[in-house]
Amino acid sequence: MKKTRVVWSVVSTLALSGVVLAGCGTSGSGGGNKDNASANGNGNSGQQTITVAYQQFGKPPYYNAEWLEKAAKQFEKQHPGANVKLEPIQASENDFYTKIDLMMKSASTAPDVVTEDTFLINADGSAGYLQSLNGYVSHWSDWSKFSSAMKSGSTSNDGTVYGVPFSTDTRGLYYNVKIFKEAGLPVPWQPKNWNDILAAAKAIKAKVPGVVPLWIQVGKATGEATTMQTFEMLLYGTGDTLYDAKTNKWIVKSPGFLDSLKFIHDVYSQNLGPSLSQILNAQAGNTESQELMPQQKIGIALDGNWLPGNWLKSGPSPWPDGTKAYQLTAMPTQHGQAPGYTSMSGGWALSIAKKSSHKDLAWEFIKVATNKQNMEWYDVHQGNLSPREDIAADPKYQNAPGQFFKVATSFEKFTHFRPANSQYPSVSTQIQTAVESVATGSATPQAAMQQYANNVARIVGQSHTESK
Amino acid sequence: MAVNPSSVPSVGGGRLMRVSPRGAGNGWKAALFMLPSWILLLVFFFVPIVLTFYFAFTNLSLTGTSSSAVTFVGFRNFASMFSDPTFRVSILRTITFLVFSAIIGQQVLGLLLAILMNERNRVFRSVVGVLVLAGWVTPEIVVAFIFYAFFSDQGTLNTVLGWLHQKPVAWLYTFPMTAVVVANIWHGTAFSMLVYQAALGDVPKEILESAEIDGAGRLQRLARVTLPIIKGSIATNVVLITLQTLGLFTLIYSLTGGGPGNKTETLPIYMYQQAFADYQLGYGTAISLILLVIGILASLLYMRMLKIDL
Repeated sequence: MKKTRVVWSVVSTLALSGVVLAGCGTSGSGGGNKDNASANGNGNSGQQTITVAYQQFGKPPYYNAEWLEKAAKQFEKQHPGANVKLEPIQASENDFYTKIDLMMKSASTAPDVVTEDTFLINADGSAGYLQSLNGYVSHWSDWSKFSSAMKSGSTSNDGTVYGVPFSTDTRGLYYNVKIFKEAGLPVPWQPKNWNDILAAAKAIKAKVPGVVPLWIQVGKATGEATTMQTFEMLLYGTGDTLYDAKTNKWIVKSPGFLDSLKFIHDVYSQNLGPSLSQILNAQAGNTESQELMPQQKIGIALDGNWLPGNWLKSGPSPWPDGTKAYQLTAMPTQHGQAPGYTSMSGGWALSIAKKSSHKDLAWEFIKVATNKQNMEWYDVHQGNLSPREDIAADPKYQNAPGQFFKVATSFEKFTHFRPANSQYPSVSTQIQTAVESVATGSATPQAAMQQYANNVARIVGQSHTESK
Repeated sequence: MAVNPSSVPSVGGGRLMRVSPRGAGNGWKAALFMLPSWILLLVFFFVPIVLTFYFAFTNLSLTGTSSSAVTFVGFRNFASMFSDPTFRVSILRTITFLVFSAIIGQQVLGLLLAILMNERNRVFRSVVGVLVLAGWVTPEIVVAFIFYAFFSDQGTLNTVLGWLHQKPVAWLYTFPMTAVVVANIWHGTAFSMLVYQAALGDVPKEILESAEIDGAGRLQRLARVTLPIIKGSIATNVVLITLQTLGLFTLIYSLTGGGPGNKTETLPIYMYQQAFADYQLGYGTAISLILLVIGILASLLYMRMLKIDL
């Protein structure tokens, strides 16, 4: 009899761990103290407060905070009686996605305006977290100034607009001029295929000791950066892709997938990359751009066009000569097959939470924040490409000092976008698992791909996957 | 008995009869007073447990279509769990972590400390006691930072090795499991020590003395006299620290994040990854049920092994 009592005490103790999960399933936790009084003030009279949630991580300055503050001041001037409460969320990218999803599950924690990574926007839209903006953008003259490619990035397959994009990007290879000269490599450098990259990294390793020959993110902790800056930059240069938009199936096994993992294996098994303790943590991106690159300790880095933003005078790691010491060049395809180069584009958008009780005001705020002047300020400071064509055409923007806007914009010719599928975020984390296990040597490329195929089949259903 | 005239009869029965109506009234009052805590338990404990069971059989996720349109998937979560090598590896890592850090580490070290301290003077006891307890009262997240500072590339351990002209080792990447095991032993040993100190105090001196007179050596006295007498405490302690260790999350997550690769990914970490990083809440909940089953099995196993009823 006493055993039953023990069993029950064990059951209740351990069930508590499940309780945490279940609790989040229904209502969701996280977020700050939301001003509930403001949620009730639905009428036109009195003070109305809208909250804006955004990510804040790493060392200041936080340009997105400054940009939103600027917009908030202008907005409050235009709308007497309205207040904007900024709600920075201190979290790495992955944690930020999780937190805003949890916040938007409940009306008492949902912000009114939220910054959404466009890779998550379709998923969050179909989860019912985001308000359709079609009714708003159709009456907004500025909407025609946005590039159509970027608009499609925040629009679901059925045509629902879930956000107003405020930044985009491309990716390529940064190389250090000094290290290249010491290693006897040509400057300017334009690799024609993957082998050229590996050969350059080997030359650096042999001739320039004490530097990381080739920096590519491979940790789960660096989240989407690992998927996009590393894996997809490789995969989309092989001719294979992640998702077959015609059959609506995930391609879980392909020669290109395997070759991409093999490339990562080659880099890390031959010690051409950084040490695992440098690369496998959430700070890896900051270590790279704010510490090692300013010390000229990285030969080649595969990264996004926003990276030099770190080196601006007002940036977290000021380095006026950064864009002379490092040059940006296009990432070649695997064997140099047409079109010769590849890139990936993503970006961020401002969205309105479905559970917001001030949707119209929230929309007015988004209009202010994404007008030409405010968005240009943000994109130039943050080092992002602008989704607005009137900004992209502005010489002030094109020739902004300390940036590679012109080169980076030229990558848009051959860039790719991530699958606009609501399952993408879940699939992406499986890619990160595969990449990390190959880089750490805990799985062979073959085994990692098999594991990826199994996990994706579980998440999206076996019938939604295919092999090539 | 002005209060209740109906309860007069014989002495023995009368007392019972007198008590029962008053007892019934008390029962209602007691229920009334307990109602708030029952409601709290119902809302914050019972309902979530039931939901846990329910969600484990759904495809609930944090984002995407299956977040708004939850469907019942039967045993699919469990089926894919058992065909998933990562999950099997994760169970293995959980057991490794449990055996080395809790059962061998904390348990044996705690008993050893208790025995050593049992025979020493007060100064020694209080100095060692405070040192060991320091580990226990330190919050898990702080323990993680301490051990990160100890094991990291430029950490204490490598600095000391440097003085001895040894090459630095990336401890958290080369020996991640050892690192978390050591951290957990440091953190949790005090609890076992306290339990055993109390238990050793209950071992009658006479029995030990008569064993000594009969010629039993130190080890024999420990194995033949002390351990059988404190068997009950051993069982309680093993069950408690097993449950604590099975559910341990903060320490491992903040020290290694379950990595590198999945080398320290115990079940709670795996559950968190699946639920909150991979957005698969239903699957994560199913894993938590498996964790529950492991806890029950382990506890039953201990009781069978120690032939004991708690």
